[in-house]
Amino acid sequence: MSNKTQTRSPYSVMDEPHSEIDAATAPVVAPLAIEVADSKDETPPSREVVFDLRDVSVYYGQALAVAGVSLEIHRNQITAMIGPSGCGKTTILRSLNRMNDSVSSFRLTGSCTYHGNDLYASGVDAVEVRRRIGMVFQRPNPFPKSIYDNIGWAPRILGMRDNLDERVEKALRGAALWDEVKDRLKTSALGLSGGQQQRLCIARSIAIEPDVLLLDEPCSALDPISTASIEDLMQDLKNDYTLVIVTHNMQQAARVAERTAFFSLDVSGGQRKGILVEYDDTATIFTRPADKRTEDYVTGRFG
Amino acid sequence: MASLDYTRPLTASGNLRRRRVVDRLMRGAATAAALAAVVILGLMVFAIAQRGGSQLSVAFLTQNPPEQLYAAGGGIANAIIGSALMVALATIIALPIGVLIAIYLTEFATARAAGPIRLALDLLYGMPTIVIAIFILGLLVVGHGQTGFYASLALAIIMLPLIARTTGESLALVPKELRDASHALGISRWRTTVGITIPSALGGIVTGTILAVARVAGETAPMLLLASVFDNTKTSFNIFGQALPNIPYEIFNLAESGGTVNVAKAWGAAFVLVVFVLIANFVARALHHRSTRMMTGR
Repeated sequence: MSNKTQTRSPYSVMDEPHSEIDAATAPVVAPLAIEVADSKDETPPSREVVFDLRDVSVYYGQALAVAGVSLEIHRNQITAMIGPSGCGKTTILRSLNRMNDSVSSFRLTGSCTYHGNDLYASGVDAVEVRRRIGMVFQRPNPFPKSIYDNIGWAPRILGMRDNLDERVEKALRGAALWDEVKDRLKTSALGLSGGQQQRLCIARSIAIEPDVLLLDEPCSALDPISTASIEDLMQDLKNDYTLVIVTHNMQQAARVAERTAFFSLDVSGGQRKGILVEYDDTATIFTRPADKRTEDYVTGRFG
Repeated sequence: MASLDYTRPLTASGNLRRRRVVDRLMRGAATAAALAAVVILGLMVFAIAQRGGSQLSVAFLTQNPPEQLYAAGGGIANAIIGSALMVALATIIALPIGVLIAIYLTEFATARAAGPIRLALDLLYGMPTIVIAIFILGLLVVGHGQTGFYASLALAIIMLPLIARTTGESLALVPKELRDASHALGISRWRTTVGITIPSALGGIVTGTILAVARVAGETAPMLLLASVFDNTKTSFNIFGQALPNIPYEIFNLAESGGTVNVAKAWGAAFVLVVFVLIANFVARALHHRSTRMMTGR
């Protein structure tokens, strides 16, 4: 799982640069001088495609919500989706593990494949999809159970009963939470702080050994210190998982993601719909965007 | 006087004085009405405790009625047993069905299907219990004879909307985020319901069930029609074979038969019933309190 030793508490994170990459490039962050994850320090990005979206449009009833999104998401990378509110980034994210199925008016056109399998083909079981593609939500949502049971419950149901204690410990270590909770595994998860709860939710997701983690604004309800520890954690997690993160926070995308997709609202033709404006390496999006709209957004001129 | 003088003292003037009087009157009326509810309950409990409390003794709770109708002594043990058996059986029937109805309504039904079912539950809730009793009477008792089981069926029908409604309310209180979290782990809808939603709502379900039990324990109409012909001096556990003695019918019988001894016993039985209902309600409240605390942590 993690190749770093997880001995830090989240409160010590601010004392040190929160990742080696940042320390090399931009120790001080001015509001608009956006630091970008430096790609030369990264392991060479693998090109294996996990998700392949071709001309994906999403409708809610008759209303077109997102139009014509095409993008590839690569394995063991962090892909960020940014853009103003209502531009459909969360809709696209939730389409990747079929969390939108519960919305009865939801309809998706185009092709959305995962490792070459059409996610929306008939015969695809949404439960099986989510078994492989986990999700962390905007607000931490631990179950009203003990810390241990929060992690152990799903593996038990999914038949991964052997060495459950080890599995729980491994998941909590993987989410950099073990040292903080190892002495109170039987206490309620609701007694944890917001940042701890969110890391618990990440631990819960990785306990069932998924392939992909979708993160829907995972830090929006957290304070800066907790946010830094989650961002740190994401850097560790990408060694084992493919991560897709939706964020309102441009700096966050710049800090954590190799690839960034910029979504925006298109109001031409009297219809408001989300579109994918530009998708490229994060450095390109933030320093040399090809599209004027991207430039306006990342330089803070709108949104 | 075109404009207000903003510098004059900030005391009430003009029609504000009248509005304040109306405000006081209405507040007083509302307070009095609220107090009346407490007073009515207090008077009733006091009257029953005063007249019935003196009847209460170990013998009253553990002995059966005397063989002779107007004889002193004896108790209502067989009626307590009969009531307990019938209410227990009714709960066993109504609880799983009521919980399943609630699960269907909150977890599975579309808005279009849920509407008519909710309406049906509301209508069932408002159904006069004598109507439910006569329905069971016509359907099952005529030609077969009364049994405690038939009375339990009627009680179960009365309990059903109560349990379904309170369970539905507590299931609806379980945050959608918890279901999402479970679904995102590759857990099916039913396993989510059993493993996350129901445990989270358990306090509410138990509370609703206790209240439903308290409600039907004193239900009289079904007993008059479905569990009234019996030898009320014997204890019977034969719930499927014969009508069982029970507290509501015992009260009715004793009060109707006249004679100071019997009327006094009727008060005693009423006192037992009221104490049970009050205790059940307090337990339900305590459980409800605890479960809401559980849901919010610590």
